[in-house]
This record gives sequence, structure tokens and C-alpha cells, in this order.
Amino acid sequence: MKKHEEPPGRQQDTALPGGSSNKKMLGGNALQNQAPILVMDGITKEFPGVKALTDVHLKLYPGEVHALMGENGAGKSTLIKVLTGVYTFDKGSVMLEGRPVRAATPLEAQNLGISTVYQEVNLCTNLSVVENIFIGREIMKRGRLDWKEMTRQAKELLKTRLNLDIDVTKLLSSYSVAIQQMIAIARSLQVSAKVLILDEPTSSLDQNEVNQLFNVIRKLKQDGLAIVFVSHFLDQIYEITDRLTVLRNGKWIGEYMTADIERLELVSKMIGKDLNELAHTEKKSGKSFENNNLLLQGEKVCKKGKIAPFDLNIHEGEIVGLAGLLGSGRTELARLLFGADKADSGEIKINGKKTSLASPRQAISRGIAFCSENRKTEGIIADLTIRENIILAMQGTQGWFKHIPKKRQIEIADEYIKLLNINPPNPEQLIKNLSGGNQQKVLLARWLVTNPKLLILDEPTRGIDIGAKAEIQKLMLSLSEKGMSILFISSEIEEVLRTCHKIAVLRDHEKVSEIENARHITQKDIMEAMAGGHTEQKNNKEAIAGGVAR
Amino acid sequence: MKSKLFWPLMILVLILLINLFFDRSFFAIEVKNGYLTGSLVDILNRGAPLLLVAIGMTLVIATKGVDLGVGSVMAMAGAAGAMAVSGASEGGLVPLFTAIAFVIGISLLSGVWNGVLVSRIGVQPIVATLILMVAGRGIAQLITDGQIMTVYYEPYTFIGGGHLAMLPFSFFIVAAVLAIAAFMTRKTAVGLFIESVGTNPEASRLSGINSKNILLMVYIFSGLCAGIGGLILSSNVASADGNNAGLWYELDAILAVVIGGTSLNGGRFSLRGTVIGALIIQSLTTTIYSIGIAPEINLVVKAIVVLIVCLLQSAEFRKKVFGIFTIKRPEKKKEGVSLS
Repeated sequence: MKKHEEPPGRQQDTALPGGSSNKKMLGGNALQNQAPILVMDGITKEFPGVKALTDVHLKLYPGEVHALMGENGAGKSTLIKVLTGVYTFDKGSVMLEGRPVRAATPLEAQNLGISTVYQEVNLCTNLSVVENIFIGREIMKRGRLDWKEMTRQAKELLKTRLNLDIDVTKLLSSYSVAIQQMIAIARSLQVSAKVLILDEPTSSLDQNEVNQLFNVIRKLKQDGLAIVFVSHFLDQIYEITDRLTVLRNGKWIGEYMTADIERLELVSKMIGKDLNELAHTEKKSGKSFENNNLLLQGEKVCKKGKIAPFDLNIHEGEIVGLAGLLGSGRTELARLLFGADKADSGEIKINGKKTSLASPRQAISRGIAFCSENRKTEGIIADLTIRENIILAMQGTQGWFKHIPKKRQIEIADEYIKLLNINPPNPEQLIKNLSGGNQQKVLLARWLVTNPKLLILDEPTRGIDIGAKAEIQKLMLSLSEKGMSILFISSEIEEVLRTCHKIAVLRDHEKVSEIENARHITQKDIMEAMAGGHTEQKNNKEAIAGGVAR
Repeated sequence: MKSKLFWPLMILVLILLINLFFDRSFFAIEVKNGYLTGSLVDILNRGAPLLLVAIGMTLVIATKGVDLGVGSVMAMAGAAGAMAVSGASEGGLVPLFTAIAFVIGISLLSGVWNGVLVSRIGVQPIVATLILMVAGRGIAQLITDGQIMTVYYEPYTFIGGGHLAMLPFSFFIVAAVLAIAAFMTRKTAVGLFIESVGTNPEASRLSGINSKNILLMVYIFSGLCAGIGGLILSSNVASADGNNAGLWYELDAILAVVIGGTSLNGGRFSLRGTVIGALIIQSLTTTIYSIGIAPEINLVVKAIVVLIVCLLQSAEFRKKVFGIFTIKRPEKKKEGVSLS
């Protein structure tokens, strides 16, 4: 139990059997006959106070698609930035085609043959396709721009490399995001690229567009390019990549053939929970809330690009957990229930009555509270005091003129400082001077003061110490006993299992299952749902268990 | 802990003391014709429009905005007021009330215009108010027909030039507006909401605060303050000048607010600080004229003094300069880093 309560930053991967995973690396693959095009070895990158990367390895072969896996904050972006010269590294080496290189700027990296296409297409939508491809390296003829030649070359480039036959003189904005993405790829191919990095290229594409992009990737692979593919979508990882490297908390976890690693195993490596251990976690006994009053009822609620239509019922006094990898759509779902984002379709009923949740104001007036995961940007008002931060939402419901007298404000603040053990216990202290855990408690207090019927907590225990964590979990349980419903989002499955009565599992921006939390439910069950691919899973279950036992 | 107002106050005192050096009778206040007169009263009287504009500006800046349109609103309000009484020369108070109604009307309208652009349409404050800064002066010139419009109606000049209980009447206007602003921001929740929206608009929205209405309100209030300031200005000289009335007031007002300790980054604001800041600017202007600095260099002198004020306000600067005399302690480096 203890081990699980440690913040992820301190978790060591000792439990993972290195032997069994090493065997899966590059086992007699054709790729091994070739020399790697890029080898990153022992890369360490430290920011003041934080070790972003510790001894990380990455090996790329020509003609492979290599996935970089890990949760948000695992160090994927930092590694890419080191490779592309945005950051320098402290220790380690980078070898490109056998020669040590050290790109100091993105331009240098590009000239070396390392190109990147970022998540958001950073092209100019108000320029033509040709202009976008040639901007910064225009072809000149007698001191003037040679548009004819550039148009010809752009057309040829798109046709031969990407199988894309479009009118290149049209504005970029006249094409879909997928085409724009490909044009971005084409632009990066212009300079003779050897390594192409695609950072979340599919996040804003629909299924057809993804297929289109994958065809292009396959074509480039045949041309001998090494492609680094970063994505949150597990299905896509299994569809397009050949090998993958897993990072966690800035550490290198392993390198695997995609075909050889089970989804479940992959997920367990990403979040750092050993399968063997998962089966044995003790947990709270389940309790049915079916007979309780149905507080919130969501039907086919959806927002395009954020979360697929989902149904969700929350009963009075029930704690509903949202499990899923970071980026699986948990926050997006919660924001719809709070009116922080507007749903495209579907309906939400509160106490059986259909309601619109068009703004946080409305949601608050219907008794919903939302504690955001982004404490700094969406939670605290840094320049204000503890007292002001605590009474803010309550004053918000009362409006401009029903001012809560200062004396009453201090009483409220003192009450919650005592209840939640906020340190320092001085209501006039500025909140920005508090530690993360205490800021979190102040935000909790802000919502508890409004006495909500449904409290949405998005990662309330992340990045705070064990003591504060346990206090918050205890508080949740006692609130639920008093009849408050809670929607609890957490990356720590163990925590979800311990506190929640029902668990909704999300994967790839979709609610994939709902599990009544009974005694026999284990972390493994939740993780299977998070990882998906059930059918293959069952066939291979024994194999996994065997592998872990070794 | 030393009050944030310590340095602004010191600077104000310093400027006043410099005056005393040149003019021994600077602090003297006499009763002439039944009114209090003297340099200090003068500063208060002449500074009234700036004080008003700066009070309005404080709330705008506290929401992380800025209102560049105030100078033009002053010109428009002065022109509208003068136009309303241009025909009248004698007789009842009706033209006066018409003038006041015109002034309030046009300043409210200006405030709503700015506020809607910023809060509802989402134009950046500096751009949104720049529109009125340019357009407003044009409108003022249209009203005055490009001429200086002279007023021959006695009651109109009372607002900016009259006296009440031995003090200039404008003093009471400022006091009233200041009292309203202080009441609104400290005795209702408006102050909390302004600071909250100015510090973190997204967190405020998620806390259920209607930040759009807060923004709209501060721009309307700023417009209103500027309008009244313009009326005082026009009344004081019994004329309206679409070209020059209220010229550069927006910059003086921003300066007053910043000197008073309200950050351009929004959040915490101090009305008291703003009053001191406005008084600093006004006494500086008065000083430059009274000690006879050549007009061609007085803008440079003003700039230098403002620079010194700003440097003194900076804790970093004070540490560097005065730190020579104190024991040095090693400081922790702070750097923001984002992972992922």
C-alpha cells in the first residue's frame, strides 16, 4: 500500500522484471541488419530543480516508424526538443549516421536532416501552398522570385513523395487540416530529411484523415526515412509503428517491438504499475447507489474533438471515478458537466429536470462545483489572500452587491483553515506563498463553502504530499456520507479504487466502460479497460501472467 | 512591513519641499475674497480632472486593461457641455442641467462602446480604446466645428471655477467620485471581482464570476470619470477646444496609476495610491511652471522626474543602489520550467 502512495516522481521501476522485457527488444528483426541512423545515448537534461530526462536512450533505424510512449510529463517533448536543438542536453551523446552531432538550434537540426512537424500546424494559412513550402528558402532567378519553378517543384514534391495531387497555388486555408499537416510534412522534407518527428499529428484529424496520413507515413517509410511518432492513441500506435520506446518520469523504461508488447503491459509500463502487484490490492467494499436519488444524468453528451458522446449517471452521495490515461478525455468530460466548455449535443438532467449548463455560473447555481487540475492557471487567484480565495465562488453566487461582511469572511476562512488543516493558518496570507497542497486545500474550501450537490475534483491529489493526499481522500468519503456526490478524476488507479463507488473508464476521448466497484474489481481490470483491445487481451492473458511471474 | 504608499508619499513630499526652496510662501494658505487660496489649493483645483480620470483608470488597469480613450472623452464631454449652453447667456439653471445631462450621456456612451468592444467582442483593450482615442477627438472637433467654442453662461463656469465652503467646487466633485469608487470597491464585492478578474480571468470565470460585466462596468466608470473631468476642464476656462482639451491626459492618468502602485499586470489596485500619484504629476507640472523652467525643456524635466520616481518604486533598483550599504545575502535563482 505504502508504495502506491508515493508521488509518481519518486517511483522506481524496480518491480518491473528487466529480464523479460529485454528479451522482447529487437528479437531477430530485419531492422537489426541495418546500422541505426540515429542513436541517442544516456541523455540527461536538468532544469533548475527538476531532472527532466535521466539517462534516456533512443535508437532509430532507417525505414521504421518509432513510437515515443509515455504519459504527459514523461519527458517525450523534452527528448524531442533536445533532438531538434530547442534544448541542449547536459550528459549523453547523439550520433547521426555514426557521427556525433550536437544541434544548438532548430535550424541546425534541420540542416542535419532532423525535421519536426508539430501538433499545431505552424504554417501560414493565409499564404498559398507553394509559398508555405518555400518560405525562407525561395528560389531566385535573376534577383527575382521564380514562382514558376517553385510551383513546379512543390507540385512534384507533393506528388512523388506524398502521393498528393492538389492545386498548389491555392491558399493553404482552403485545404483540410489533414492536407495542411501533409504540406507541413512536405515542407520539412524539402531539406533532405533523414529523421522526421511527428508530434501528435493525429490529434485534430478524423478517421479518414488519419488513414490518409498513415498512407503518407507508409510511403515515407519505404523511402527509408526514420519516423518518430508521438500519439496518445493506442490504436494508432499499434497500427502504424514498428517499435516503441517508453519513458516515464523522465526515465527510460524500455524499447520494444510494437507487435510483441501487449497493450496492457504497455500501459502498465507507461504508468509504472506492475501487473503482478495490481491483482492483489486490497480495496473498499462496493456499495450500490441505484436506490439513491439520481442527481445528474448525462445522455449522449459530446463535444467534437474533445469527447465522444457519453452517458453518465451520478447518484446522490455517490463517488464516481474517472479513470483513463492522461489525455484520454477525462478533463474534457468534466468540463462539459461544469459548463466550462459547451457541449455540442446531448442533454444533462439534474434531479430529473433537463438543464442547460452553458457557463460555470449556471452550473454553480445548479449546485455543481469544479476543482480544476490546473491549479495555477485555472484555480488560484495568486495575488489575493487565502480568505479572498475561499469566499470567491460564494461571493460569485451572491452577486455584486450582497457583499459578505469582512467579519463573516474571516469566520468562514478560519473555519475551513481549521477543517482542512491549511498551513499557514492566517487568512490574510497571499495564496501564492502557500505550498501546492495547501493551495489545493484552499481551492477545495472555495467549493465546499458553496455547499455543492456535485463536487468535481480533477486530480486533486496530484503533486501534493502523502499527508495532504490522505486528508483529501478522507474528506471525500465523509462528504459522500453526508450526501454529496463526487466526480473524482485521478491518474492513480489505486486511489480511484479505494475511494470510488463506480468507475467510468475513458480511452481515446471516449467513455469505454463503466465498472461498479465491487470487492473483486482490481487495478488490473481497470487497466485492461484503459488499454482496450479486449479480445486479444483474453487470449494472451496467461502469457502476460507468465511473463510477469518470471 | 513598509506600506506600499511609502515611496509615492515621500516623492510627493519631496516635490513640495523643492517648491518651498524656491518660494518661501509655497505652503501658505490665505483667505482671499472669502476663499482659501495658495499653491496647495491650486494644485488640488488644477489637478481635479487628472484625479478623476486616474481614479477611473485605476479600475480599468486593475482588470489588466487600459483606457486610452479618456483624453478624447474629456474633449467630447467638454464640447458637448459647451454646446448645450452655447446659446444661453443668462437665466435659470435649465441649460446647466442640460449640459450635465449631455456630458453624462456622451461619457456613458463612450464607456459602453469601449466596454462592449473589450468584454463582449474581445478586442484587446489597448486597441479597442485606441479607436475612441482617435475617433473621439474627431467627434469633439465636429461638435465645436473645429473652433474654440466660448461659453458666456455664468452657472456653467461654476463647476470648474466656483467655490463652496471656501474651497473650489471641483474639490467636492473629486471627493464624491472618490467616495463612490471607494465604497463600490471596498464595501461591495466589486473590488474583489475586479482584482480577481485582473489576476486570473480563467480561474475567475470557473469560480462563477461574470467577468464580462465587470469589464463592461470598469470601462463605463472610466468613461464617466473622464466625462466629468472634461466638464470641469471646459467649465474652468469657459470654453471648449476639441483639438487640445484633455490632450495626453490618458498618459498622465496611466502614469499616476502606476506611480500609485497599481501594476499594469492587473490585480491589486490602490485608489489611495492613485490619488497620491495624480497629485505627484500635478504638483510636478505646477512646479515646473512656478520655478520658471524654460518651456522648451520642461517636458524633458518632467520625463526625468518620472524616471526617477519609477526607479525608486522598483524594489530591484532600490536593492541595487541602497544595497551597497547593506550586507549582501546570496539570493536563490528562480527560473520557470515547464516539463512534458
